[in-house]
Amino acid sequence: MKPSPFTYHRPRSIDEALAVLSSVGDAGKVLAGGQSLVPLMSMRLAAPTDLVDINHIAELDSVEVTDSYVRVGALARHSRVEADPKAYGAIPLLRQGLVNVAHPTIRNRGTTVGSLVHADPAAEMPAVLTLLDGVVELRTANDTREVAAADFFEGPMQSAIRPRELAVAARFARPPPGSGSAFLELSRRQGDYAICGVGALVTTDGGDAIMSARVALISVGDGPVLVEVTEAAADDGIDEHGLHALVDERIDPDPDIHASAEYRRHLAHVLALRALHEAHQQARLVNRRHRVA
Amino acid sequence: MVTETLEHVSFHVNGTLHELDLPARRLLSDALRHDLKLTGTHVGCEHGVCGACTVLVDGAPMRSCLAFAVSLEGALITTVEGCCTDGGEMGPVQQAFQDCHALQCGFCTPGFITTITAYLEQHAAPTAEEAREAISGNLCRCTGYQNIVAAVQRAAELKTELKT
Repeated sequence: MKPSPFTYHRPRSIDEALAVLSSVGDAGKVLAGGQSLVPLMSMRLAAPTDLVDINHIAELDSVEVTDSYVRVGALARHSRVEADPKAYGAIPLLRQGLVNVAHPTIRNRGTTVGSLVHADPAAEMPAVLTLLDGVVELRTANDTREVAAADFFEGPMQSAIRPRELAVAARFARPPPGSGSAFLELSRRQGDYAICGVGALVTTDGGDAIMSARVALISVGDGPVLVEVTEAAADDGIDEHGLHALVDERIDPDPDIHASAEYRRHLAHVLALRALHEAHQQARLVNRRHRVA
Repeated sequence: MVTETLEHVSFHVNGTLHELDLPARRLLSDALRHDLKLTGTHVGCEHGVCGACTVLVDGAPMRSCLAFAVSLEGALITTVEGCCTDGGEMGPVQQAFQDCHALQCGFCTPGFITTITAYLEQHAAPTAEEAREAISGNLCRCTGYQNIVAAVQRAAELKTELKT
């Protein structure tokens, strides 16, 4: 349970980090919060020969809220994003997802961008980024590119980041006015990996009617599974059977020692309906407050 | 094979500045125990699940087995040894653990003490449910959680009494 030896780099700026990543090439790995990487290294499932520690790059520790998005820097810890009142005001779904990420102790060190790059199919924040049509900003020493959430999660533990690249930030798009959201999951113990989890985003017409609805499911596929469920919207909410059919088309749950594939499918149905209901309720509440104001 | 060079790192532990030259792969938990001889921090699962190794970094609880010591440059670290009073007597959380019989074998206790110490800084009077949530990241295999939940609330009382 001890990591194998590696060469340690402690850059103090983004440019310095990019230069190091460029020079070490394929052997390099970025260390942010390390809450997934360090155990993988301790179990020797990962053995990078060069570790580029970005924990001392102050410019990466940022949460920026604009009219159109919330931009989370690579060193912003989950706990910081979760506690940020402006980020919560702009996108409640951020906190709704984050409170489900492991335990507070892990969130104190783990980073939101690190969780995205790690691309665990059971992780919440990839689903949140997907639901919100977010993008990840990637940089190398001489190039910058942005990858949309839809293309970023390539498979289990596989994101679109390449050697020499640093994910400097992720941008979560603010949902349109009249939107509501929720994130629900079931795990065997509080803070544990979700057996199944569902994030939901519902946008109304400013009253009670649903204009669009979507869910992103975790632990039932190779990554976050986005399902557009607008056509299951009914007069008084969401049509259960229509929703189940749409979800079933997209998810592909695997059995493991904790849950059968059928049980996961059942949870996907139940949690998706509940999450959509909560999201719809939240949107209506916000709409009502707006009308009163 | 990578030749293991030593990296310099300096951080405070329980108020004392330490300058260390360590292999980069040295986990903070091992640096505390082996290099600083602070064996109060216990190492259980060594992959972040059990919570026994929890220490405070700049006041916030973190798993010392999930951090490389060299990455903690400049940090203010508090271990269970630092959760006592200024005079070296038991701190309120430790006293509450004794009062409520919240430890039996004691292996997991250092992680609980540090976690609860930090939690009570933000939450002065937790309910039993909140106390349960606060310790949800720490595993105990022998005492059982009832007494630990009681100790969280007792520690909150003791802290309030100290202030008044």
